[in-house]
Amino acid sequence: MAQETLLELKNFSSFDLVPINLKIRQNETVSISGESGTGKSLLLRAIADLIPHKGDVFLEGNTANDYPPNEWRKQVAYLAAESQWWFDTIGEHFQLPLSMQTQKYLEEIGFDINVLDWEVMRCSTGERQRLAIIRMLANLPKVLLLDEPTANLDTDNSMLVESIIKHYQNETSCSIILVSHNAEQKKRIAQRQYQIQGKDVVEVEV
Amino acid sequence: MNVVSLSVFDLSLAAALVMLMAFLSFLLRLDMTKTIVIAALRTVVQLLLIGFILKWLFAQQSFLWIAVIWTVMLLVAGREIMARQTHRFKGIWGYGVGTVSVFISSVTVGIFVLTLVVNNTPWYTPQYAIPLMGMIIGNTMTAAALSLENLTKTAWQQRMIIEARLALGQPWRESIRDIARQSVRIGLLPIVNAMAAAGLVNLPGMMSGQILGGTPPAEAVKYQILIMFMITAASGFATLIVVWLAARHLFDDRQRLSIKRLYTVK
Repeated sequence: MAQETLLELKNFSSFDLVPINLKIRQNETVSISGESGTGKSLLLRAIADLIPHKGDVFLEGNTANDYPPNEWRKQVAYLAAESQWWFDTIGEHFQLPLSMQTQKYLEEIGFDINVLDWEVMRCSTGERQRLAIIRMLANLPKVLLLDEPTANLDTDNSMLVESIIKHYQNETSCSIILVSHNAEQKKRIAQRQYQIQGKDVVEVEV
Repeated sequence: MNVVSLSVFDLSLAAALVMLMAFLSFLLRLDMTKTIVIAALRTVVQLLLIGFILKWLFAQQSFLWIAVIWTVMLLVAGREIMARQTHRFKGIWGYGVGTVSVFISSVTVGIFVLTLVVNNTPWYTPQYAIPLMGMIIGNTMTAAALSLENLTKTAWQQRMIIEARLALGQPWRESIRDIARQSVRIGLLPIVNAMAAAGLVNLPGMMSGQILGGTPPAEAVKYQILIMFMITAASGFATLIVVWLAARHLFDDRQRLSIKRLYTVK
């Protein structure tokens, strides 16, 4: 599999973090950890161009400004720890009809097609989070920015989420930046681990 | 016209009723006597003042002075809109967004009605230009204030949802579309309700006034219909403009939700 740089941060900073330089290859997963309030979420949201940033971020050699903002966010997809829903039913949040791939992921993560008729209000936090991941993957992003994706889930749900993400990565060679506090999870998914220390982002030995 | 002109004595009789009420409130210890007297005095002074201004203005027949009065009305309306917001834009936008919307819609609809519908000579005859524009601006102001408040307040409450929608690749318009639509609807509800209930629930004040002034009811009714349509059109444009401007201003040039452009008024 090709091992080219997919996402690159050059003197990139958000909030009051020190500017960072980071290259992430295709098919590679990088984890970031740090105490709460150190700006992990802000960093991911800045990479997705949801908040302003300094420095540059490149996807396949093009900066975020080369893309229309919404196109960039489809390619560089940010998933918040808490999923958001704004219509009554699950299905209204998806582009219908579902692609074959999306249907397959739905089934793999424990749903059938009838889930589209479910009311959001009646879904558990775990169900909503799993569905939010499928909703994001339906855009076929090249980079996943996962902000504590399993923080609110039990072990079984967490393993389902991890497996679907691994599966997507195997199929698309996407890059992943994972914010996680779970040492086991980081070990299972990430090839490189970074930590926010003070206002600096430093690589730590795995 | 068979208007019964009111003399000072006529008004004194009415004032005596108010004084009687004030005295009653003193007897019953309602603690309202002073308030009633002051309010009554304010009514007399303020309306006499306005009467003199209108009398002078009607004698001028000068477009410049009409424009000055319109401008004052618009500036006051803009202040009222801002004052009713619990989530205001920072800086000039806080005042500007409502004022500009009311300005564009009121002046357009007002001039349309004065030149093409009423079609007096000159078209800015103050007897029409001042009260018509006053009614348009007053009602448009309410509509714009309601729409704007709903938009900014809901966007503030649902900022996580808006950002989640942006993160899924929705353009800014789509991410705030439902909130914007609801805001326009809320701004238009009062005037739509007023149209639906017109004549059944209450006789509109302007029509009653015209009838008292000696206008045949059929004429007064036609004017009332004109006024309602005019207000509906102006309110409609104003809510659309204010919602579009404000929604646009909630996002920056990279379509990021800039919720920090708002501040909360306690």
